[in-house]
Amino acid sequence: MSPTDGRRVVITGVGVTAPGGIGAKNFWQLLTDGRTATRRISFFDPSPFRSQIAAEADFDPEASGLSPQEIRRMDRAAQFAVVTAREAVADSGLDFAGLDPHRVGVTIGSAVGATTGLDQEYRAVSDGGRLDLVDHAYAVPHLYNFLVPSSFTTEVAWAVGAEGPGTVVSTGCTSGLDAVGYATDLIRDGVADVVVAGASDAPISPITVACFDAIKATTPRNDDPEHASRPFDASRTGFVLGEGAAVFVLEELESARRRGAHIYAEVAGYATRSNAFHMTGLRPDGAEMAEAIRVALDEARIAPEGIDYINAHGSGTKQNDRHETAAFKRSLGDHAYRTPVSSIKSMVGHSLGAIGSIEVAASVLAMEHGVVPPTANLHNPDPECDLDYVPLTARDWRTDAVLSVGSGFGGFQSAVVLARPDRSSR
Amino acid sequence: MNAHPVVTGLGVVAPNGLGLEEYWAATLEGRSAIGRITRFDPSDYPSRLAGEIGAFSAREHLPSRLLPQTDRMTQLALVSADWSLQDAGIDPGELPDYAAGVITAGHSGGFEFGQNELKALWSKGGRYVSAYQSFAWFYAVNSGQISIRHGLRGPSSVVISDQAGGLDALAQARRQVRKGTSLVVAGAVDASICSWGWVAQLASGRLATGDDVERAYLPFDSDARGHVPGEGGALLVVEDAEHARARGAGKVYGQLAGHAATMDPRPGSGRAPGIERAIEGALRDAGVSPAEVDVVFADAAAIPELDRAEAEAITKTFGPHAVPVTAPKTMTGRLYSGAAPLDVAAALLSIRDGVIPPTIGTSRADRYDIDLVVGTPRPAPVRTALVLARGHGGFNSALVVRAVGR
Amino acid sequence: MSATSLFTLDDLRRILLEAAGAEEGVDLSGDIIDTDFTALGYESLALLETGGRIEREYGIALDDSALTDAVTPRSLIEIVNAQLSAAPSA
Repeated sequence: MSPTDGRRVVITGVGVTAPGGIGAKNFWQLLTDGRTATRRISFFDPSPFRSQIAAEADFDPEASGLSPQEIRRMDRAAQFAVVTAREAVADSGLDFAGLDPHRVGVTIGSAVGATTGLDQEYRAVSDGGRLDLVDHAYAVPHLYNFLVPSSFTTEVAWAVGAEGPGTVVSTGCTSGLDAVGYATDLIRDGVADVVVAGASDAPISPITVACFDAIKATTPRNDDPEHASRPFDASRTGFVLGEGAAVFVLEELESARRRGAHIYAEVAGYATRSNAFHMTGLRPDGAEMAEAIRVALDEARIAPEGIDYINAHGSGTKQNDRHETAAFKRSLGDHAYRTPVSSIKSMVGHSLGAIGSIEVAASVLAMEHGVVPPTANLHNPDPECDLDYVPLTARDWRTDAVLSVGSGFGGFQSAVVLARPDRSSR
Repeated sequence: MNAHPVVTGLGVVAPNGLGLEEYWAATLEGRSAIGRITRFDPSDYPSRLAGEIGAFSAREHLPSRLLPQTDRMTQLALVSADWSLQDAGIDPGELPDYAAGVITAGHSGGFEFGQNELKALWSKGGRYVSAYQSFAWFYAVNSGQISIRHGLRGPSSVVISDQAGGLDALAQARRQVRKGTSLVVAGAVDASICSWGWVAQLASGRLATGDDVERAYLPFDSDARGHVPGEGGALLVVEDAEHARARGAGKVYGQLAGHAATMDPRPGSGRAPGIERAIEGALRDAGVSPAEVDVVFADAAAIPELDRAEAEAITKTFGPHAVPVTAPKTMTGRLYSGAAPLDVAAALLSIRDGVIPPTIGTSRADRYDIDLVVGTPRPAPVRTALVLARGHGGFNSALVVRAVGR
Repeated sequence: MSATSLFTLDDLRRILLEAAGAEEGVDLSGDIIDTDFTALGYESLALLETGGRIEREYGIALDDSALTDAVTPRSLIEIVNAQLSAAPSA
């Protein structure tokens, strides 16, 4: 049975917690202004590190409505997930209290889970790395919730009252796309009617900064933090770490229509493939990403020419931006040259597992507002990156179908197609 | 009706047996691997017992190029994947592009690798952190490394729902096969027996204390007081039934016939836990009546209220003492996401050999109205088995496996 | 600076083995000094780990380009030794 023969899945609620903009509204304002939220790291002294820049979210857990006990037991990324899920639920207008909780699922993506909490707690129980046998007497009571990031899904389920299928999807930097894909399948397969789905990561911590330093993946452009994330630009030197979350309310289309819900977009197609090549490297031809795009379009029954905008992975590493450009040409042919492509990582950085969902949020907001966000800091494109990357300023542009892609350590290549459910191409 | 995906290969890395047949022989003999921790000195911790894999030497099985960049968990997972593909008679190089994927469950990632790098960071500085840290500890590492080793470019994924995740990974593999992927290497292997992992596990409040290996992990017993953790798990080849038939697969262990996952309500809600709904949902998905189920592989938390919830869910669905229930994980400890795939392997071998492996340690307590198979294996024809798994934070997952044909 | 503190092919062999093992079918003890790292089975990640270990053990800092420019053991050894002789003796 082809999934599109049966139940269709739509996004009816959006929540975003991102650097430079808490809440979907502020996030969209930042993107359409073309402002960047990258800055010198303030969470700790970054001076010992090669890359000293990040896109930090100015997030106040108490002001965001978390209780003191919720704050105590949750890592920062879990806090993002819960706050952002609540925003999505409120935005959906769906009365969750009136739903059968057994039919409500939760799928949260995260690449590195509670890594910030684990980094801090390790430091305490090991007494600054001195102890080989770490001291349990110094552990926080909720350390197990940091150990296993499925605690994020538990917290969101408790917050929204979900008792259906729940999981975390952790496929590195494609987690945020894969979580949306996974949740979509749950509704299509009929095991849930509503899924609160998205992704969250809060990786701006010494261990994460150090591990990306070690492979020179993050940019050392420390003297110019605001302009450090430079996807597709010839002068790009690596990505800028970010943090945040985006969460959606996904619903079965007919029930969403019956209740008169505002429908942002249909999750029309999704696919993931692996490059089976390298844990961190990419082959320049983009074959596996192109295949994921092809399968996602096929599932959506949309021809390449039906794609109006591509929200790129655009991390700003030398390798990625070429790989991805090749993948677009390979999958969309000449249409790739006629399609606006942009990377919001130029503004909000790369929040690892969260960014895929944050980019899905940007994609549906682009459809909603008829505006595509720009690629900031793009002044001199890499000659090998020769598509229309919407440099510097947002563009008024009607969009009926968007392609959002991601690429992750471990070789994961994922593609999501978002489209108006009443599009004529179906 | 769609043919159910089948299991055609099993790769087992268990504390009481490295390799499928070694594990199965030990399990039928009731041989336990639970003992005092040897991987670090546990003297100063309240819990000191674990199910360790003693005889594993990664360099005997894996190329030296992979060793510096992999945690023990990943090394075990790579070997388990090798064995499952061998058992299935699959040469991945002969498969068409994108025909095969890898879907594993994660739990705590490569935690020992992470501990070493955290120590380097905080005791010496950031430049002492390994180039491999960016992926060697993270939750997606096993799927990534397995896909690279075997050139598997189809849909791959990683799910985390604490101990329930092992079944969720198999369910996701089943979904991908039904959507058109020929086969998926699926399951999970966990190994976090390092002092930092231990301290994090202690925080769950669910670890058995003391030094008595015979009386430490006693699910459904009146002395149940927590579990003993272990390391290991299983990876399975989950294959499209027609694909297996067309290539003349040597072994078809059984079908993945039905699955359901639920979450418990928020604590204090007064609502019922979700395990019974997971059982009902899996049976419904499989089109199986309770009377057709020949054995239940229990989650066996060994926490009194969790044992009660599981026993009551089984009794409500099947009736009192109506179906044999077993927990061979009493011989390995709880392997977190690795536990349920290992139980699925055991269930499939029960089908193959017509024997139900025992639960050890637990005395035949009449505390619950379940027919617990204790002490010695029980010969019985098994065509349909139900495997249950629950995770910290309220995750419940249930999977039905069935014999094929005849 | 004494001659013994200079970086030799044997030093590189040892660090490569620790950092990244050896590719099956490659004899690191053989005549490898002008063999491309890729032919020896080492990709960028293995060389980054190797470079990090050299930096820490020898107290030097290699340029970002050093590991991409050095395609053979000989060129990497030359870069490391140039750094070592330029570094103030400690």
